[in-house]
Amino acid sequence: MDLRYTDATPTETEREAVDALLGPPSSGWDGGAERTGEDLRWARGGASAAKDRRDQLLPALHAVNDRVGWISEGALDYICRRLTVAPAEAYGVATFYSLFSVRPRPAKVLHVCTDLACAARGSQAVCADLTERLGSPGTPAEGAVWQESPCLGLCERAPAALLLQAGEDPVLQAGEDPAHTAPLSPPAPAAGTVRCSAALAPATAPALVTAVRAPLEAAEEPPAAAAVPQAGDPALVLLRRIGTVDPSSLDDYRSTGGYTALRRAFTLGPAGVIREVVDAGLVGRGGAAFPTGRKWQATAQQADGPHYLVCNADESEPGTFKDRVLMEGDPYALIEAMTIAGYAVGAGQGYIYLRGEYPRAYERLAHALRGARTRGLLGPDVLGQGYAFDIEIRRGAGAYICGEETAIFNSIEGQRGEPRSKPPFPVEKGLFGKPTAVNNVETLVNVLPILERGAVAYAATGTETSTGTKLFCVSGQVDRPGVYELPFGATLRELLDLAGPPERLRAVLLGGAAGGFVRPDELDVPLTFEGTRAAGTTLGSGVVLVLDDSVELPRILLRIAEFFRDESCGQCVPCRVGTVRQEEALHRIADRTGAAAAQDIALMREVGQAMRDASICGLGQTAWNAVESAIDRLGVYK
Amino acid sequence: MTAVPLQPPRRLVTFTLDGEETRVPEGSTILDACRSAGQDIPTLCQGDTLTPKNACRVCVVEVEGARTLAPACSRRAEPGMTVRTDTERARHSRKVVLELLASSTDLSTTPRAEEWIKEYEAEPGRFGADAARMNEQPKIDNDLYVRDYDKCILCYKCVDACGEQWQNTFAIAVSGRGFDARISTEHDAALPDSACVFCGNCIEVCPTGALSFSTEFGMRAAGTWDETAQTQTTTVCAYCGVGCNVTLHVQENEIVKVTSPHDNPVTHGNLCIKGRFGFQHVQNRD
Ligand code: SF4
Ligand code: SF4
Ligand code: SF4
Ligand code: FES
Repeated sequence: MDLRYTDATPTETEREAVDALLGPPSSGWDGGAERTGEDLRWARGGASAAKDRRDQLLPALHAVNDRVGWISEGALDYICRRLTVAPAEAYGVATFYSLFSVRPRPAKVLHVCTDLACAARGSQAVCADLTERLGSPGTPAEGAVWQESPCLGLCERAPAALLLQAGEDPVLQAGEDPAHTAPLSPPAPAAGTVRCSAALAPATAPALVTAVRAPLEAAEEPPAAAAVPQAGDPALVLLRRIGTVDPSSLDDYRSTGGYTALRRAFTLGPAGVIREVVDAGLVGRGGAAFPTGRKWQATAQQADGPHYLVCNADESEPGTFKDRVLMEGDPYALIEAMTIAGYAVGAGQGYIYLRGEYPRAYERLAHALRGARTRGLLGPDVLGQGYAFDIEIRRGAGAYICGEETAIFNSIEGQRGEPRSKPPFPVEKGLFGKPTAVNNVETLVNVLPILERGAVAYAATGTETSTGTKLFCVSGQVDRPGVYELPFGATLRELLDLAGPPERLRAVLLGGAAGGFVRPDELDVPLTFEGTRAAGTTLGSGVVLVLDDSVELPRILLRIAEFFRDESCGQCVPCRVGTVRQEEALHRIADRTGAAAAQDIALMREVGQAMRDASICGLGQTAWNAVESAIDRLGVYK
Repeated sequence: MTAVPLQPPRRLVTFTLDGEETRVPEGSTILDACRSAGQDIPTLCQGDTLTPKNACRVCVVEVEGARTLAPACSRRAEPGMTVRTDTERARHSRKVVLELLASSTDLSTTPRAEEWIKEYEAEPGRFGADAARMNEQPKIDNDLYVRDYDKCILCYKCVDACGEQWQNTFAIAVSGRGFDARISTEHDAALPDSACVFCGNCIEVCPTGALSFSTEFGMRAAGTWDETAQTQTTTVCAYCGVGCNVTLHVQENEIVKVTSPHDNPVTHGNLCIKGRFGFQHVQNRD
């Protein structure tokens, strides 16, 4: 490699932030200030050692961004030296993610969600008000900068905002575990120097301005259970612990049945676990509805090794927040489920790829991982069974596309989070080119009741082809937004009745931005994979966005189009340019109907067809779904 | 004489291509099969010396039983597969992709673009005059070559050629995301300040003319570039003993650019700065 670095140097703080992650440089070859006598005689490392560390690129970028708020030339250069990554490539990675900036900006960044659920509940007014008070988005004021953001996963408390303040790591500072306290509570040194995050929802402009001025004093976030209106209901399966156990207590978890599933797994053996999961009929809850047992089997069978397990916790579908609630309210459940999955597929290492906008879930999971390790539930000899397994959390940095299973691999490996083309499929060549099973959070957590109760008992719930229960994220104009758990087969009407539907229902968006709209006269659609498919829509990731007739649908559609335009990775032409052309067409017809809109609708249909047929990944293939269904089923532009 | 590198014999795969039973060596792509059957499918991001990136999607074909279309350039032929290259659906996607590209980038120096736009009856103008475009100014920051990203279709070929597939210099990468993605050096630095060693291998693979010799760029601007008046002579580079083949493109007795034959087993189309750009001394007549 012709690695040529720039002359820019990192500041002391930037260097410290990187060294805290990677350890101090051991020689002049990897960024040490001076070459030692030994360095002058031989070169260490070489290409393969460097390749081994490439996957530290994203964590290293995070380290600087977390500390300083943005990534300077000097900092990027230092990271590149430490990891032997070409600066152009690292720059390409840093500019891929929206939570990073390669231009100077204040340490405090306020993300104000303008996505679907928040738009339906007044984010526009919040932004207008905020513009009056803090100036337009992107212009620094009061040591902070605010910007509009895609869905923050706080939809049940819409409109939502997230304040991220760069600074020194609070754990190091205060010497205590922040698993419980987000935002961080004092004692802490002078405000403005400690890293903290505050989820502010429901948000009002005055409250946001106050939080910006004193982030450490921002109002505390309600517990995860506040997002579960059914909390305490004995019929709950996946949500049963949320609100009833302390998410930071491993003892609480164990006293409510925690880790019995793992014990059963060890008695069944890997093949036995897979058989149970197959018999239970578990299918993936991430949207693709692929049989989980079959995926595990295919991974377990691969001769190549090592095998990996990846938990997809990059929950970025607008309107989805169930995984966040699970991770915040019952983190040990995910860890136990991953240990079982890893055992079944023969993996020694698992990754949780967590979206960057979930600081509280990150802290709770990190705390739970430490707890599980201390008690021998993770590590070289899990439960004394001779099985070695550990889990690492990888934080995403603001890219919806990283929820695509192959984009996760690239992101973890330190590449741009662009999806790979399939075949080869992950079970054959996944993370680091090795056989990998990827499952989302909800899917994994389902493994616990399967093993606790047995496949037959599990499959008794739900319908024949959609077994078990399903989590739904209800947001928008309902009385009690939140995560609901219902057996498959319940109807949309039953779900809405629980949540308190609006008086004048206009439409329900099912399945999220890549899903489809359902009319008020279609509420009897059964919530199963097959039932929604037959009704011409999809369950997707379980989004149920309820809109009453106060909502201007064309505006929502425009927001969907903007979302896909912003989140397209840009790799393939149908999606990169197609999403732009669709957004342009929707702008043109914003207030038009009938013949005046017909030509642009025809244009969008043609582009949409090519996107669906010729895009590399699901993002481009489904970007046009929701808008098309609004046109065809709701007659928006008639 | 072109040397043909020997390869171990490969098993044959039988599949159906446009209704005809076809046999191709294992590992062949659908595009390979089409080309050996004398069939033409448009391609832009595919390159004969590079691993296909399948990013442009103009080569899509219909594979029976698949939900989406498949890129012919990278999908391998599998036994029993049934492929149709010229269906309504495939033609529709190609047409729209050409429209999307032509409405956002300058395809005036992309060989065959015009021909395909006619063939597929693409109308890039129908997105209106305000359709967003790349809108880039040519980057002229050295004497050897010009980067005119208004013509760039983001095929990743230059990145692959500069990176791990050939040059291993990694001077350029894709930065940004979505429609704002661009090929760039770190922090958008000028090429002489980057890791670029000016081998010009990126120019060799660029399918659109977004990367071009300064000579070509200047002559095009002056209206004197005339490919029909050029001759091409392939010879051996005289600088060192490796024996790379260089093809000299000569117009009116002046070397105007240098390429290298892709089927040459020594270079595969790659050269170093001297072979690629060091031609001025040949025509110093004083
Ligand atoms: S469909 Fe969109 S997101 Fe997916 S690879 Fe293509 S450009 Fe990227
Ligand atoms: S000239 Fe060579 S080194 Fe420079 S960018 Fe092109 S391929 Fe890379
Ligand atoms: S500059 Fe040329 S080779 Fe590079 S991505 Fe653009 S079109 Fe492709
Ligand atoms: S040539 Fe196949 S996708 Fe570009």
